[in-house]
Amino acid sequence: MNNRTDSLSTMEKVRKGIAKRRSAERRFRFYGLTGIVLGLVFVLILFISIIGKGYGAFQQTQIALDIEFLESVIDPNQTRDSKVISRADYNSLIRKSLTKVFPEVKGRRQIRDLNRMISSGAMFQLRDRVLEDPSVIGRSERVWLLASDDYDMLMKGHIERSVPESERRLKDHQVAWVDKLLEQGLIKKRFNTFFFTAGDSRAPEMAGIRGALMGSMYTLFVTLVLSFPIGAATAVYLEEFAPTNKWTDLIEVNINNLAAVPSIVFGLLGLAMFINFFGLPRSAPLVGGLVLTLMTLPTIIIAGRAALKSVPPSIREAALGMGASKLQTVFHHVLPLALPGMLTGTIIGMAQALGETAPLLMIGMVAFIVDIPKGIFDSATVLPVQIYLWADSPERAFVERTSAAIMVLLAFLISMNAVAVFLRKRFERRW
Amino acid sequence: MNTVTQSKPESVSRMKTLINKSMSAKPVNFQGEMGATVGSIHADNPRITCRNVNVFYAENHAIQDINLDIGTNEVISLIGPSGCGKSTFLRCLNRMNDTVEGCRVSGEIKIDDVDVYSKHLDVVPLRAQVGMVFQKPNPFPKSIYDNIAYGPKIHGLASTKAELDQIVESSLRKAGLWDEVKDRLDQPGTGLSGGQQQRLCIARTLSVEPEVILMDEPCSALDPIATAKIEQLIDELRQRYTIAIVTHSMQQAARVSQRTAYFHLGKLIEVGKTSDVFTNPLHELTQDYITGRFG
Repeated sequence: MNNRTDSLSTMEKVRKGIAKRRSAERRFRFYGLTGIVLGLVFVLILFISIIGKGYGAFQQTQIALDIEFLESVIDPNQTRDSKVISRADYNSLIRKSLTKVFPEVKGRRQIRDLNRMISSGAMFQLRDRVLEDPSVIGRSERVWLLASDDYDMLMKGHIERSVPESERRLKDHQVAWVDKLLEQGLIKKRFNTFFFTAGDSRAPEMAGIRGALMGSMYTLFVTLVLSFPIGAATAVYLEEFAPTNKWTDLIEVNINNLAAVPSIVFGLLGLAMFINFFGLPRSAPLVGGLVLTLMTLPTIIIAGRAALKSVPPSIREAALGMGASKLQTVFHHVLPLALPGMLTGTIIGMAQALGETAPLLMIGMVAFIVDIPKGIFDSATVLPVQIYLWADSPERAFVERTSAAIMVLLAFLISMNAVAVFLRKRFERRW
Repeated sequence: MNTVTQSKPESVSRMKTLINKSMSAKPVNFQGEMGATVGSIHADNPRITCRNVNVFYAENHAIQDINLDIGTNEVISLIGPSGCGKSTFLRCLNRMNDTVEGCRVSGEIKIDDVDVYSKHLDVVPLRAQVGMVFQKPNPFPKSIYDNIAYGPKIHGLASTKAELDQIVESSLRKAGLWDEVKDRLDQPGTGLSGGQQQRLCIARTLSVEPEVILMDEPCSALDPIATAKIEQLIDELRQRYTIAIVTHSMQQAARVSQRTAYFHLGKLIEVGKTSDVFTNPLHELTQDYITGRFG
C-alpha cells in the first residue's frame, strides 16, 4: 500500500467513479421499468383475451314463440296438481308452435332439425312458467325460449356464414330459418340470467356458474371458519407463548416447509384421511374446506407471526410493566395491532384457496354436478374446477363460458384482494 | 411553567459547583481495582434490599455481585457508561428481565421484605407495586383516557365509571398533564408531543398507585423544557414513592436524586449521597466518569 503514490486527489477519484455509479443506477432503473412494463403487458393481454372471449357468454340467443298452453297436454284431468304439471310434455307444445312459425318445413329430418333449434332445456322454462302461474293454462302467450348452442354461435358470429356449407355445423336451410326469425324480430340476444342461476349442464346454453359458485362459497366458508381461528391461535402461541427450544424450532421449520408442499399432496392426504378413514362424503364442500384449511394454514400462520413480530416490543413492555398478564398483554394490545396483518394474510390465503384446483380433484369435487349444492354436505364443484371441466368440453359454446367463468373467478379474487388492501389501510396504525 | 424555568439555572449552577468541587477533591486512588463497592450501600429506611445480584444474558455476565439498598421516599440515580448494566439492574427490580430470552438472575432482591425472585411470587401484583417508565415514551395506541384507565381496569381498582374517571383525572394531575389534555381525553395518546407522551406514561404508571417507580432514562428523548417538567415531577413524586432512575445526564442525577450509584462494566463501583459522589468521589473510576474523562 505504501508504494502507491497517487497523484489524484480524493475529489478527483470520487468524480472519476461518479459516471460509472450513475450509469449503474440508470441501468438498474431501466431493468426495473422493463420488468414492470412487461408484466403489465402480459396482464393486459390476459385480460383482453379472457374478456374478448368471455363477454359473449353474458348474452344468450333466445327465440320468441307463441306457446299455446293446452290444458289437454299439461293437465288433462284439471287437477292442477304440481306433480302432474311437472311431468307434462312441454316439448310437444314447442313443436306445435314451431310448425306454426315455419309451416313450410316438411320431412322427418327437416322437422327434427327444426325442433333442435330450441334448446332441450326450454321445456323446463315452460314448466317453470306454468308452475309459477297455473292460470296460464288454456291461454296463449309469447315466451322467450333458449336457442340451442349452434344457433347461439351463429348469432354471435362464431359460425361463419362464408364458410362452405359442408364445413359448417348449421346448413343453409337452418341459416335461412334464423334469417326468417330475424326478419320478424323473433330471435335476439338477451342478457343471460341462466348463466348465473343454473348449475352445470351438458348443453352449453343451459350451463350456469351458480352450482360452482355456491360450491366455492361453502368450501371457502368451511376453510375460513377453520383456518383463521386455528391459524391465528397457532401464530399467537408460537410467537408469544412458546419457549424457544428444539421442539418449537422443529415446528417452525415444518410449518415453513408445509407452505411449500405441492397442493395435490394435501388432496391425497384429504382423500386418505377425511374420505377413506373418517368416511366423510365424497365431493362435499366440507371435505374440500378441510383440505384447503390444511393448505392455507401455513400461509396464515406465517403471515400472522410476521404481523405479531411487527408489533413494537415497547407496547408489550408497557403492558407488562403495568402488571398485565401475558394473556392480557397479547389480547388487549398485541393482537389488535397485529390483526390487520393477520387478516390480510388470511384473505390472501383464502384467495389462494379459491383458485385451488388440484387438491379438490383428488377428493372428487371434479364430478359433473347439475344440482346447486344446498349445504356443506351436498356434492359440489368449485369455480376453478368448473373452468377446468368446461375447458375440457368439445362444444364451441363452452369456450366463451370458460372465459366467462374465469372472469367471475377473477372478479372474486380481485375483490378479495381489494378487501385485504382496504383492511390493511383502514386498521393499520402508525406510531 | 414559571417554577420550572426558575429552578433550572439554579440547578445548573449547583451542578457546576459540584463538578468544580469534584475536580479539586482528592479521591482515594484505587488504581483500577475492581473489588467491593465503595461508599455506603445502606439507606436509612430501606424499602428495597439487593444482595449479591448477578444477571447473565446467556453466557454474558451482565451484572456482578450487586449489593444495594434503596430507601423509602428516596430518589436514587443509577449512572454509568453505556452497557454498564444499570438498566439491567433496574429491570431486575420488577422482573421485566423475565421477558428477555436467556436471561438468568441470581442473588436476592427484597421489596418490603418480600423476595422478588421467589418461585411463588406472582409478577402481576409485583409489577403493579413496582411501576416502570421506559426510555422511549410508549403510550398504547389508544385514547389518552384508555391509556390511564387500562391499569386500574385490569387490576379491578375501580368499580364504577365515576371512580375510573376520578383515577384518570388524579393520575393526570399528579403527572402535571391534566390541564393540557383534559379537553381531549378521547384522542389518541400517540398524538401528543414527546414530553407529553412521557408524562402520560408516568401518569399511567401512577394510576395503579405503585410504591416504587423505576425510570429508565425517562428524559433521553426529550427536549430541555420537557425534561425540566419531568424532573420537577420526580421531585414531587418523591413525597409518596420510592424512585430509581437511570440517567446518562449527570446534571439530572445531581438535580433529582438524593443518592447516586455508579456502575461500571457490570459492577457497582460506588454508592453514596449524591452531593458526596459528585463533590468527593471515593473511587477513581467515578471521578473519571463524572469529570467527563470517559463514558
